[in-house]
Amino acid sequence: MIKIIGVLLNIRFYVAFASALGIGIILPNISLAQIDTAKVRLLHEVKVSGKKASVRNTSSTPTQVISGEALQRLNSFSVADALRYFSGVQLKDYGGIGGLKTVNVRSMGTNQTSVFYDGIQMGNAQNGQVDLGRFSLDNMEEVALYNGQKANIFQPAKSFSATSTIYLQTRKPQFADGRSSNIRLGLKAGSFGLVNPSFLYEQKILDRTSVSLSTEWVNADGQYRYRERNGTFDTTIVRTNTDLNAYRIEAGLNGTLKDSASWTLKAYGYSSERGLPGAVVSNKYDFTQRQWDRNIFVQGHFETAESKGYALMINAKYANDYMRYLDPDFVTLDGFLDNRYHQQEIYASAANRYRILPVWNVSFSADYQWNKLNANLYRFPYPTRQTVLAALASEFKLDNFNLQASLLGTFVFDKVREYTSAGNKQEFTPTVMAGYYPFGSKDFMLRAFYKNIFRLPTFNDLYYTFIGNSLLRPEFTNQYDFGATYNIQPLNTALTSISIQADLYYNQVKDKIVAIPSSNLYRWTMYNIGKVAVKGAEVNIQSAWAIAAQLSLNAGLSYSYQQARDVTEGDIYPYNIPYIPLHSGSLILGADWKKFELNYSYIYAGERYNQISTSQSAVYNRMDPWYTHDVGLGYHLDLFGRKAKINLEINNIFNQARWIIANFPMPMRFYRFKFNYTI
Amino acid sequence: MRINNKYQILLIGIIAILFGSCRKAPTVIPEQGETAFPPNPSGIVKGLYVLNEGNMNMNKASLDYVDLRAGTYRRNIYNQANPEVVKGLGDVGNDIGIYGSKMYVVVNVSNKLEILDVKTAKKIKQIDITNCRYVTFHNGKAYVSAYLGKVGDPNAPNGNISEIDTVSLQVQRKVEVGRQPEEMAIVGEKLYIANSGGYSPPNYERTVSVIDLNSFTESKRIDVAINLDRLKADRYGDLYVTSRGDYYNIPSKLFVIDTKTDQIKKTFDIAASNIWIDDDIAYIYATEWSYIQQKNTITYSMINIKDETLMNKKFITDGTDVQVKIPYGIIVDPLTKDVYVSDAKDYVTPGTLYCFDSSGKKKWSVITGDIPAHFAFVY
Repeated sequence: MIKIIGVLLNIRFYVAFASALGIGIILPNISLAQIDTAKVRLLHEVKVSGKKASVRNTSSTPTQVISGEALQRLNSFSVADALRYFSGVQLKDYGGIGGLKTVNVRSMGTNQTSVFYDGIQMGNAQNGQVDLGRFSLDNMEEVALYNGQKANIFQPAKSFSATSTIYLQTRKPQFADGRSSNIRLGLKAGSFGLVNPSFLYEQKILDRTSVSLSTEWVNADGQYRYRERNGTFDTTIVRTNTDLNAYRIEAGLNGTLKDSASWTLKAYGYSSERGLPGAVVSNKYDFTQRQWDRNIFVQGHFETAESKGYALMINAKYANDYMRYLDPDFVTLDGFLDNRYHQQEIYASAANRYRILPVWNVSFSADYQWNKLNANLYRFPYPTRQTVLAALASEFKLDNFNLQASLLGTFVFDKVREYTSAGNKQEFTPTVMAGYYPFGSKDFMLRAFYKNIFRLPTFNDLYYTFIGNSLLRPEFTNQYDFGATYNIQPLNTALTSISIQADLYYNQVKDKIVAIPSSNLYRWTMYNIGKVAVKGAEVNIQSAWAIAAQLSLNAGLSYSYQQARDVTEGDIYPYNIPYIPLHSGSLILGADWKKFELNYSYIYAGERYNQISTSQSAVYNRMDPWYTHDVGLGYHLDLFGRKAKINLEINNIFNQARWIIANFPMPMRFYRFKFNYTI
Repeated sequence: MRINNKYQILLIGIIAILFGSCRKAPTVIPEQGETAFPPNPSGIVKGLYVLNEGNMNMNKASLDYVDLRAGTYRRNIYNQANPEVVKGLGDVGNDIGIYGSKMYVVVNVSNKLEILDVKTAKKIKQIDITNCRYVTFHNGKAYVSAYLGKVGDPNAPNGNISEIDTVSLQVQRKVEVGRQPEEMAIVGEKLYIANSGGYSPPNYERTVSVIDLNSFTESKRIDVAINLDRLKADRYGDLYVTSRGDYYNIPSKLFVIDTKTDQIKKTFDIAASNIWIDDDIAYIYATEWSYIQQKNTITYSMINIKDETLMNKKFITDGTDVQVKIPYGIIVDPLTKDVYVSDAKDYVTPGTLYCFDSSGKKKWSVITGDIPAHFAFVY
């Protein structure tokens, strides 16, 4: 691996690679890029420059960001699609427009990744899974992934509490000179019977206060054809029971105070009904299961400007989620199986930062969270969980060296109305990270981090009737990462910027929480049995080019190597754990010429196994690599004196049959039309 | 920009990876074979089919074959014998039985009964039965239990039994029984079915349905205990029925029903997950799950069915039982009295089939497919 990184780090190689593709090189508003997190903190908002690669990376934890225009021009429908381009991310996509989409970062499991929406965690105390397919890119400003945690000590304690973190930042109102309102109308339509109109309204109401409203409707029959073949049979089948009808509405108030303190308030509502197409197995192609969701939350954020070395940040949230699952194939004495789940969450956080010396900051943050789950299940214990998190962090910053260390204390108190509670738990977990500029210049940095953290068993893990196991312990991870970043912005060449990140890492997962059938195949129970060891390497390269006066290009390349092994009983399985490819990567090329933009992207995941494999069973568990070539063409135009943009996307242009999860087929070639009009 | 040769090669390599990316041409899932034990050409029983359930939603039900004369084990034979069957044998093989020259495989989640030729394992016919569970035979007919008789009716929680003519391979009659019926057995001209009611805890069923085979109607229900599962007939006209209990406070038990009176004549306070009756001995194992203790308790027992007493004897005597993580299937060779026990292990990796001689000593073992569970001898 070292050798490969050495080669990829060589810029001449990259230049050769790009030019040989015959396209010069790419992407104007690049941004599978890195953001200087310190800078972000000071500006309170992420500003991605228009036509120049944002290259500087001073984060001592690996950071990947797509933002602004670059995010909008990806061939993507939801946040999940955008995350596919990040290295180290395996998207678990059950296929189709309403299918569950979650991510597994660096092979440590879906539940080890936390998702933050405008800085506050999106919880799901029930199953820990956040369906990233439900977050529209329509009003999204930035999608970022941090391995470990953000390299920033001034955060809520929650931000220290996950193995990796995804930050979704919605658009904040910005008004061009002399304007006090923005209106944007959008429409997406295409394959799967998709109709997706959206509306965005932003209004300045006071000098420093603005209000925004974003809403959309997604409707699709979701049907698509897929192909099954084995060399003898070759059949095309239509995926059915795939319909989706969803509404989202979001309202926000944003403001700053005279002393440049800032605040936001947000209300969010999402409601959906969908068909749940199940695993396609022999003789079973149609499904009847349905699901309804309703998610509501309100959250607020307040942050002071630094005064006499002190700054304060307050976050608070209330969430109310309802889910209904109906299975007409499962007839009980009371009719169809009809499960209803109702969760509530209250969250409050205060973070304090104090500058002791110009080079030394300390912070202390304390969070309180309350979760409750009700369900109409047999023998359901009605659990309530209170969590207190306290994080103490310190940052030491010299010109060519910085060091951060944090210690997180987690205190959990579970109560149940009936049956057995998992009781109380407390854990202390540290993180250390460092960055070093050996040549003084910020263009080359060596970085390293160590993080010890865990995920708590979810309510389902502990209390779900017949499945839950209240004796579960937390699932711990240890992460070790060592890497380098290199950025240059050469002058007077066609290449205007290039940025490279490369990391080697080693992860351990202990006491992995795994579902295993108990006395028979129809009764599953959760256990702490797994141990996983992950050795990985990843490389990200971003570049921007100015080819001619009107032609600019951006290119982004990412590659991941992951050897993720189940080492529960010694290293007896010489194959990767399920769904982790040894090799995976992506390539994004974007060209801007006059009012046109052309995008091409390629995503590759190598062969995987759908179960723990032995030399005997590997042949039965192996899944083919999947990859997709996607192309998009955009055109900017003026319509009645206002800006409009038309996009046409062709996805999976080579019409490949593929499966990310066994027996959940993905669509073949599909099309999407997008139109945006800004008033 | 000058392009160095070395980079050109690397570049071509990368482009090849991008566009080629080593997808293999789709092929039929291959069979595997190995020698498992020394040949025994004079053996009377020819072979043993092993049905592996395969993990749910993985479409990995598979059929293995032990050639008891040649001493070979053939794994996953269905796909090469039937390459034209879309997605193969299917999801969760739940039962297998041989009657005459035909083999009947019940594939639960795939909602089908596959009828195969015993010699070649080639498919003869498929009969779709939603949520089918077990198969048994009598007088030229196959009987298949299914969890739900009607599909999509919220007021129809009962299961049913289909009667299939083994010559025409047509479903001839159906009869509704209790909720979520499991195993069946026939004594005289009566079909007995263990009803579980597993879809509506804690309102489990607690009866055995009795079907008169002439009229094919349910003539009565025998009250036994909650959540019945296995049901086997002995040669004295008695039925051995297992109750799974509720996994909390009501333990698993074994009941004996006298079919002359249709009354419980004896209760064994032992856990029983599966039972095989050969001559005068019932071979029993139990993997009893307790939610209170959050663990399985595994036990093995033998019952003398002639005088209905628990025997002070085990069918695994050499300590191999320590290696068996989850016993999941059992059958006894009627001639040699060899006992075959399968181990499902962790359910997601291949299992093991053990063969023990009549003194309980391991003769051989072999790796099977995922979740080896059901057997049928070929004579």
